Amino acid sequence: MNDFEIERREHYLNVNYGIRSWLFTTDHKRIAWLYLLSVTLFFFIGGLFATLIRLELMTPQGDLVQAETYNKLFTMHGVTMIFFFLIPSIPAVLGNFLVPMMIGARDLAFPRLNLASWYIFILGGAFTLMAAAAGGVDTGWTFYTPYSSIYSNTHVVLTVVGVFVTGFSSILTGLNFIVTIHKMRAPGMTWFRLPLFIWAHYATSIIFILGTPVIAITLVLVGLERIFGLGIFDPALGGDPVLFQHLFWFYSHPAVYIMVLPAMGVVSELIACFSRKRVFGYNVVAFASLAIAVIGFLVWGHHMFVSGQSVHASILFSLLSFLVAIPSAVKVFNWTATLYKGSVSYDAPMLYALGFIGLFTIGGLTGLFLAALGIDVHVHDTYFVIAHFHYIMVGGSVMGYLGGIHFWWPKMTGRRYPEGWARLAALIIFIGFHLTFFPQFVLGYMGMPRRYHVYPPDFQVLNVMSTAGASILAVGYVLPLVYLIWSLRYGTVAGANPWGARGLEWETPSPPPTDNFERVPMVTEGAYAYEKDPEEIYSFGKPAHV
Amino acid sequence: MSKVEAFRQHHFDGVEQQHEASWLGMWVFLATEVMFFGGMFAAYFVYRHWYLLAFGSASNRLDIWLGAINTAVLICSSFTMALAVHSAETSRRKPLIRFLMLTIILGLVFLGIKFYEYHTKFEEYLVPGSSFRFEAALAAPAEIFFSFYFAMTGMHAVHMIIGIGLLTALIVRARRGHFSALYHTPVELTGLYWHFVDIVWIFLFPLLYLLGRHL
Amino acid sequence: MNLGFPLFPEQASTMAPKVDALLFFLVAVSVFFVTLIFFMIIFFAVKYRRRAEDERPRPIEGAFWLEVFWSLIPFGLTMVIFVWGAIIFVDIFSPPNDALEIGIVGRQWMWKAQHPEGQREINELHVPVRQPVKLMMTSEDVIHDFFLPAFRLKQDVLPGRYTRLWFEATKAGVYPLYCAEYCGTQHSGMTGRVVVLEPADFEKWLSGGATGMSMAELGESLFQRFGCAACHRATGTSQGPSLAGLFGKTVELQQGITVTADENYIRESIVDPRAKIVAGYQPIMPTFKGLVSEEAILQIIAYIKSLSAPERKPAQR
Repeated sequence: MNDFEIERREHYLNVNYGIRSWLFTTDHKRIAWLYLLSVTLFFFIGGLFATLIRLELMTPQGDLVQAETYNKLFTMHGVTMIFFFLIPSIPAVLGNFLVPMMIGARDLAFPRLNLASWYIFILGGAFTLMAAAAGGVDTGWTFYTPYSSIYSNTHVVLTVVGVFVTGFSSILTGLNFIVTIHKMRAPGMTWFRLPLFIWAHYATSIIFILGTPVIAITLVLVGLERIFGLGIFDPALGGDPVLFQHLFWFYSHPAVYIMVLPAMGVVSELIACFSRKRVFGYNVVAFASLAIAVIGFLVWGHHMFVSGQSVHASILFSLLSFLVAIPSAVKVFNWTATLYKGSVSYDAPMLYALGFIGLFTIGGLTGLFLAALGIDVHVHDTYFVIAHFHYIMVGGSVMGYLGGIHFWWPKMTGRRYPEGWARLAALIIFIGFHLTFFPQFVLGYMGMPRRYHVYPPDFQVLNVMSTAGASILAVGYVLPLVYLIWSLRYGTVAGANPWGARGLEWETPSPPPTDNFERVPMVTEGAYAYEKDPEEIYSFGKPAHV
Repeated sequence: MSKVEAFRQHHFDGVEQQHEASWLGMWVFLATEVMFFGGMFAAYFVYRHWYLLAFGSASNRLDIWLGAINTAVLICSSFTMALAVHSAETSRRKPLIRFLMLTIILGLVFLGIKFYEYHTKFEEYLVPGSSFRFEAALAAPAEIFFSFYFAMTGMHAVHMIIGIGLLTALIVRARRGHFSALYHTPVELTGLYWHFVDIVWIFLFPLLYLLGRHL
Repeated sequence: MNLGFPLFPEQASTMAPKVDALLFFLVAVSVFFVTLIFFMIIFFAVKYRRRAEDERPRPIEGAFWLEVFWSLIPFGLTMVIFVWGAIIFVDIFSPPNDALEIGIVGRQWMWKAQHPEGQREINELHVPVRQPVKLMMTSEDVIHDFFLPAFRLKQDVLPGRYTRLWFEATKAGVYPLYCAEYCGTQHSGMTGRVVVLEPADFEKWLSGGATGMSMAELGESLFQRFGCAACHRATGTSQGPSLAGLFGKTVELQQGITVTADENYIRESIVDPRAKIVAGYQPIMPTFKGLVSEEAILQIIAYIKSLSAPERKPAQR
């Protein structure tokens, strides 16, 4: 296959040209690209804020920026990264592209709703960027009252509107996925033949639809309190600021599972492909995803052990928090067992997947420290917590995202990326990541609080180490940006299945035609049947079209 | 191409699949709405538990008759909506359009009464904010009650307005002859939405208006 | 290992070794599992590396008993950690009865402390060593958090409510105090020190710069000045309930509800008197919100406490 042949065959990228064909598309694959470009933009904006934070923290004094500016930086870093990068990243980019293909469908259930989802995301992002341009917001991404509802002098309402609007993007994506997975599977694609990527996105979608509306209404109440001077969370008027925390964390804890479950889905696919074996304990891993989603709704109070919450409530939340750790641990063991007697190769996606397992294990274990009531009293609101969640969200989710992007890049673009550079970038990211965040565990136990613009000189050496690591990490993130764009023009042309993987998405050309499959796929085996040829697993029946 | 086929979207395998997908989609959406209103209900219950007396006293200031009339109006509108769906199912275009219009009218009556209520609250200095006035001892929690009153009924009203918009769009499509026994999914789904908005009010009315009565 | 900078906080309270013990256990468990997983991954990835392009490994579905095994082990371990952590936590929330009580008021961006003997401090807290101390804390504005890393303790400080933090310092010295709940522009400047003194030095410090009046005495003068005594008489009939012996008792309110007369109850009665009406009395007490500062409320509470049990001086050790 050569360049000329790719251009001659019609596929979803060349079926029509022009900005209008992109901005008014209903093709889930094109919408995935719209999301890819937008979340990448937000990632680098959030990364810019992080850069400034780490530069300021190189010295104990506040010499780079003023206190107010610093407070806005960490707030905007959190808001941008969480709501505009991490939450949409894998579901809206890889999920949108792959969910229909993996189940043998021609598109999601509601293609126009999918496009609306992206526009809503952009609208929410626009509000938030406007707030940043107008001077920013300094409440922390957690918007605790009464500071956010009464005391802060920054653009709280504008930011809150941005997050509120973007929430609907999540809700609609989750709705689309649930209906699609229920109703549009190809013949023979039973629930227990689905790829684990699909199970992970199904579980994530449940959280999308049940959790997001709660933060929506919480932010509405904060906005109303600020605009109209209501007393809902204001203690001076009989309101309760701790009630805000309950409502906020009721969504925001499950939100972290929104951020990690899809990455776990990606990792399952990668481990299976690059060991050439089905995932060990497939059923258990599938149910573990659901268990994490369900139990994840019951643990929100572990963010509030010292908030004034009752001791009994705290004890209950601690117990449940330990329970939610178990399905995650089981997944790690199952992935590791998948390597046993497999045929392991070290392509870049696999390096990201293995990196995920290692970093997620550390992040998850430190979650046990936090769930332990006696320890949490000491490390709550310190750098220990920051280190913990960055291990999971950056060491975990971002690695999962990058691994997935690399793995499916040939499918999405018809090109291969340069493998050597990709492996180098993965290694740089892994090393840079540890250097950035491991010192923060030590800083946290030492007592360095979060959100501190200045700090005692004793903490400087570890902070400098962390900033040094961040600069390495930054290099690691810029590299893929460069070589992936390069590969669009100069990368080797990819065939339908360059990795020799199993899955319906690999049974169609790269890039795929607009309707994904020329003929209706029919499935006779479970996922990851690497011991068989694809012809033995999938057959194609009547022409798919209308 | 048959009337039905004209509305089948190409990514579905058949009308049956499209219909099932649309239904499931609407139910999932309603689940999100339950969580949305649920958050407000939960917060309301917490404060009601703490400030039972003040909430009862504040609730007494609401006009129970207007609230009751509005409840009856909404229930009637759900009835006309159901009749509209039935008309669509039996391919009767004119009754469909008439019942949709009746539903809209009843919805507008509801909103009219609601906004009249808001107006009286404004005149009685019961709108939360700097102009709020209430018996001094209970003023703070009463203001919280009214914050919830306006937030919850306001959110509900927003959903009604959206519903009326949807109904209007349905009328436009009905006049173009889009709906018949073979295809009327948008009418069914809008009916689901409308009934849901009605049910939210069925919860709001006793919680907000009848609270003081049994104390 | 002296690196020139510390890697571990000092242990300066009775709680610190308990917390650190659990920490070391968790670190040991984590090192074990991280080593295990890293080792297994590297071992398998190397041993089973792909040797030929057309390799087809034999499929392995799973093993039920293995799943049970590696579910039960984490379950057992996490339950041990949970119980251990909960025990420490309950201890953290159980102040001893003979604790020296100190009032703390936090506000953007400073800490104010009030000793029972009357001393006031700003951004500093002097306490005796080997003596339980209980802090009664509230905020004048947003949520703050009183954090003492050397003691391994912190507690959010809320507006409109009291929260408590107790500790027993084990080593004389100076230890950092940080605000650990983001509270606005100067959040990272809201720091201070806890100065732990040997009993003799503490006595010396107490008699050093005091105002002369203890918190309870200041509270009594406020009680008179604001006219509380007019309705809350100790003897005879009065419009308001007598406050002698009130603190810590169960109070019966109207409609049969009962509450314990603790610090939060008294504070609420001052700023929002109609929230809870004692059975048999009329709701005629005016509100003092905005008329008394948080420090003044703490002083009044100290006075009301002194009307209860016989004068209890902190046990000398």
